[in-house]
Amino acid sequence: MSVGAAKIPVIVTEVVEVNSLIKRFRFVREDGGEMPGFSGGAHTVVEMDDHGVRRLNAYSLMGDPGDRTGYEISVRRDEAGRGGSLYMHSHVKPGMRMLISPPVNLFPLDLRAKKHLMIAGGIGITPFMAQMAQLDALGARFELHYAARDRELGAYMAELVERHGERVHRYFDVEGQAINLQTLLAGQPLGTHLYVCGPKGMINWVLSTATAMGWPKGALHSEEFLAPPVGQAFTVELAASGKTITVGPAQSLLEALEAAEVDAPYLCRGGACGQCETKVIRCDGHIDHNDHWLSADQKAQNSHIMPCVSRFTGAALVIDR
Amino acid sequence: MSLDDFFNDESFFGDYTFKNSPRAVKRFPFPFPEDDYMYSVNMEPHVPGRPGSVFEHTFDVDEHYVAEMRDRARVLKQDPLRCQSLPHMTLAGWDLLELIMESFARDYPQWFSLTKSGNDWHWINRPLNIDQKFTFLDETTLPCGPMEYITRQAQGDFTLQDQREDTLWVEAGMVTTQADWSLDFDIGMNFHQWHAPVPVAHELGVFDRALKFLLALQHGAPVRRFNWTMTVDPLLDTSPENYPKWGPGKTTLTKENIGKRQHLRVELQTLFRLPRSNAIAFPIRCYLCSFEDLVTQPKWARRLHRVVRDLPDELATYKGFIRNRPLMVEYLSQFDDGAPTSPGWWPEE
Repeated sequence: MSVGAAKIPVIVTEVVEVNSLIKRFRFVREDGGEMPGFSGGAHTVVEMDDHGVRRLNAYSLMGDPGDRTGYEISVRRDEAGRGGSLYMHSHVKPGMRMLISPPVNLFPLDLRAKKHLMIAGGIGITPFMAQMAQLDALGARFELHYAARDRELGAYMAELVERHGERVHRYFDVEGQAINLQTLLAGQPLGTHLYVCGPKGMINWVLSTATAMGWPKGALHSEEFLAPPVGQAFTVELAASGKTITVGPAQSLLEALEAAEVDAPYLCRGGACGQCETKVIRCDGHIDHNDHWLSADQKAQNSHIMPCVSRFTGAALVIDR
Repeated sequence: MSLDDFFNDESFFGDYTFKNSPRAVKRFPFPFPEDDYMYSVNMEPHVPGRPGSVFEHTFDVDEHYVAEMRDRARVLKQDPLRCQSLPHMTLAGWDLLELIMESFARDYPQWFSLTKSGNDWHWINRPLNIDQKFTFLDETTLPCGPMEYITRQAQGDFTLQDQREDTLWVEAGMVTTQADWSLDFDIGMNFHQWHAPVPVAHELGVFDRALKFLLALQHGAPVRRFNWTMTVDPLLDTSPENYPKWGPGKTTLTKENIGKRQHLRVELQTLFRLPRSNAIAFPIRCYLCSFEDLVTQPKWARRLHRVVRDLPDELATYKGFIRNRPLMVEYLSQFDDGAPTSPGWWPEE
């Protein structure tokens, strides 16, 4: 279980095909009560029972934080993934009962900002939708630059323009449009905070450009949840609980721990929050460190592992769980 | 029971008419589960506890409520800087107002009521004779900011922490019942900065662990811990700003008056993740109990004697009672026959 709060039993009330890759899901409380309030940028962890396999995926809340009647998420189908998004796309129907976590925010707004500059790529738009609704209600100044492959895949662009007008700027790759980042960043007023959410390449490009232009670290915010990668099955010895477990090809080490009833805390399950950090006692082989959390030193020395996204190949791995 | 019968008419300064009823003594949150004391993170889930105890509800409203709110108004009148909120913390103030109003109305329906129609809210506080209609999230509809408004109606100090750059920043608060620290001095500091004066605990790694824990605090899963110190006379406002007024009182303690004048001061500290702002609310609720009342519980008398006697000097110095420790130990030793004490802090039934 994650740190603390109890899961929320919900009913799926809407499943909407947004485009050929993305579906939107709406959840309301099973008991008819209000959802907890949340802050723009927060996510929920959706629990799936995928034919006997328990999957837990984090999705950004995209609805208006002022609306406590329900939560909405958007899921992009990942054909090559482990199956969580495919399960959401093919099995989750209106009327279904599910469990979701209370909101957690690892991508919060900095309300000190004089202006909020947001850069989104593809499905990375979802946390910004909630943030813009919240900033709009607060009367704060913001601007969105949203890039997608083409018009069809630019989810919610029309709605966003309708809601926020000229504060929304659209870019389509296939039409040869690209964000002119240097110019954009050079023209921002003092006290602007920069937020980016999208593919890894975009995040690196935005953060490195801003850093090179002298933006302070505290004014830069990004979020990238990694989907746990698939790989070869591997065996792990758990020193604290005295168990030995096998991690399946489409399973994460964190999921294998949970299946063996070994407790490991988590918030994001995507290599970002640091909660599941675990000491490595012995590593005779190679750890694929797929997280954003551990330092380069910790990765090089294999002193720690993030069970949510990292995998192992080799003779023996012993961890402190 | 009418309102007037439940709430004490008492003062926390001047003539010090503050008094705990026998019921209040029995439910006093005695902070020592063992016969010795050392810093630890000591946090536990803030879930409803024993009926009648200070843990029964999310916020404890007790017999001192009305008098404490009167004392807060008095302190604020002398020094308005006891309540401050940096501009970006207003949303967190609304979160706090909602948390307190919803909790009070749910847990004490005889005293408080909250009715909502969308963002049109109607708040009634019977003990303080307040009837307020306002628009949630619209500051212009309240007589003051949301944090100030609600914390003038809730016992204990409150601070609001913004979370960024992997730490917490104390950037709003209502602080009039503090154990010798100043909001005006600390505001804008981060977690390690405002804890810098605490001895020993840094070396134990207590603050690193506590911060890591708090950064992951989840909405709907509040936690609590105790802190404690000693205060001469039942003064809520032991502030650095007013030290010249209360500090010298420590030099006038005698064998004859220590039982009445020396108080154990306990803070029930709770921590809540706030929903809309992602800030953390930190209510610090102060309870006072005189030595003379404490020793009516034999277990507490024995244990308090042992804790005060054996506390490391640097902690007794930091907590401000090293000077009077010999006098306290002498007084308390009369009530310690050396018998073993049972684990936990509840008084023996």
